[in-house]
Amino acid sequence: MAEVNTGDGGGGHGKHEKKRAKKLSTRIDMTPMVDLAFLLLTFFVMTSTFNKAKTMEINFPAEPKSDEERQKVNNALTFIMSKDNSIFYYYGEFFPANNKDGKPATTLEKTNFSKDGLHKLLLDRNKPTIEEINKLNEQLKTKAIADSTYKRLAVQTKGRKEALTVLIKADDKAVYKNVIDLIDELNVCQVGKYAVVDMMPAELELITAATAQ
Amino acid sequence: MPKIKMPKSNPSLDMTPMVDLAFLLVTFFMLTASVRVSEPVVVDTPSSTSEKLLPENVLLVSIDRFGKAFFNISNPQVRISTLERMGEQHKIQFTDEEKKRFGAMTSIGVPINNLKDYINLDDTQRQKLKSPGIPIDSLDNQLGEWIQFGRIEAAKQAKQEKDKAEAAGREFKYEPMRFAIKADGAANYIAVKDIIKIFTDKDIYRFNLITNLEQSE
Repeated sequence: MAEVNTGDGGGGHGKHEKKRAKKLSTRIDMTPMVDLAFLLLTFFVMTSTFNKAKTMEINFPAEPKSDEERQKVNNALTFIMSKDNSIFYYYGEFFPANNKDGKPATTLEKTNFSKDGLHKLLLDRNKPTIEEINKLNEQLKTKAIADSTYKRLAVQTKGRKEALTVLIKADDKAVYKNVIDLIDELNVCQVGKYAVVDMMPAELELITAATAQ
Repeated sequence: MPKIKMPKSNPSLDMTPMVDLAFLLVTFFMLTASVRVSEPVVVDTPSSTSEKLLPENVLLVSIDRFGKAFFNISNPQVRISTLERMGEQHKIQFTDEEKKRFGAMTSIGVPINNLKDYINLDDTQRQKLKSPGIPIDSLDNQLGEWIQFGRIEAAKQAKQEKDKAEAAGREFKYEPMRFAIKADGAANYIAVKDIIKIFTDKDIYRFNLITNLEQSE
């Protein structure tokens, strides 16, 4: 331990030795300081927010000029969200009952957010794209393609003409969480083409009838 | 009888490394911590698997579970100039002191007519006050005005900064203001859609929807 230099050059005078101040320990009691340090530490640990908000980027479609334009997307899977987290869907173009082309009226299928519901359905419908993406992943792993090439090709694959297109609609009983969950599921299932759009009156009738049951 | 001599050990141990560590951590947390400002609205955002971070420069519209809208701009300068423009529009004069206070505030959820009183409340009173939300009716679309002016002022601000940077010979990295929507998971989708429509009416189609990171099971 460090000693306090009393300036006594080690002379042997008895008188001096007697007068020497009592040796004080240089150790300081650090307990209060440590207490304070830990108090502050606890405070900052508790108040600091690590999770910076995460975001999903999404583009909304511009308002279509007419209803005809809206009808043109015919190779699409349409989801309609409704009350109690239920999802209804149909594939392809929408045909109201007794339409003039004589096509059979569109019927809604029901599904839910479980693994065997929506997830399986999307995996099924989007199989070709998912397989393509998996191939790309494999290539990326073996360093056959570069990172940037992978990104470009992935976007290209998801945007192909034959890739699945999804339309998202919601009635007035659906909550925002449903829509986010659905978009999230689409991202997981590599669906690149999706849009949140308004419902057509005929669809609304159908969904009201379906949920009333 | 031989006596076993126990080695005399000092009961006080050396705390120096512990203290070093504690202070290191304190310093770290002090430097990284950002002050959590109290928002007038509690929004329980839905979770997603997206890992994208929210950009710094945003115009944020929060929507609570009842569909009430709240408005915020992250850049204090733009906030203040937006307030000035809103004041001009609604014939309300704000003092410099009020502008300063507004610049330091977070989301607001009161109509423009009550904004002056709202700014002049102190923090505890303000927290107690229940915000009615910004009017979004088509007849009195104040949220639309806020968005419109915020957008213009943000562009002006960016231009100013660009000129300043160019005059000083520095390179200017333009970061456009993004539009973020932070809606409660339990909010009715139609309410959210109405607010999105206010954006799309102004030809803003690209949004950042704020979500939580999903916990892995």
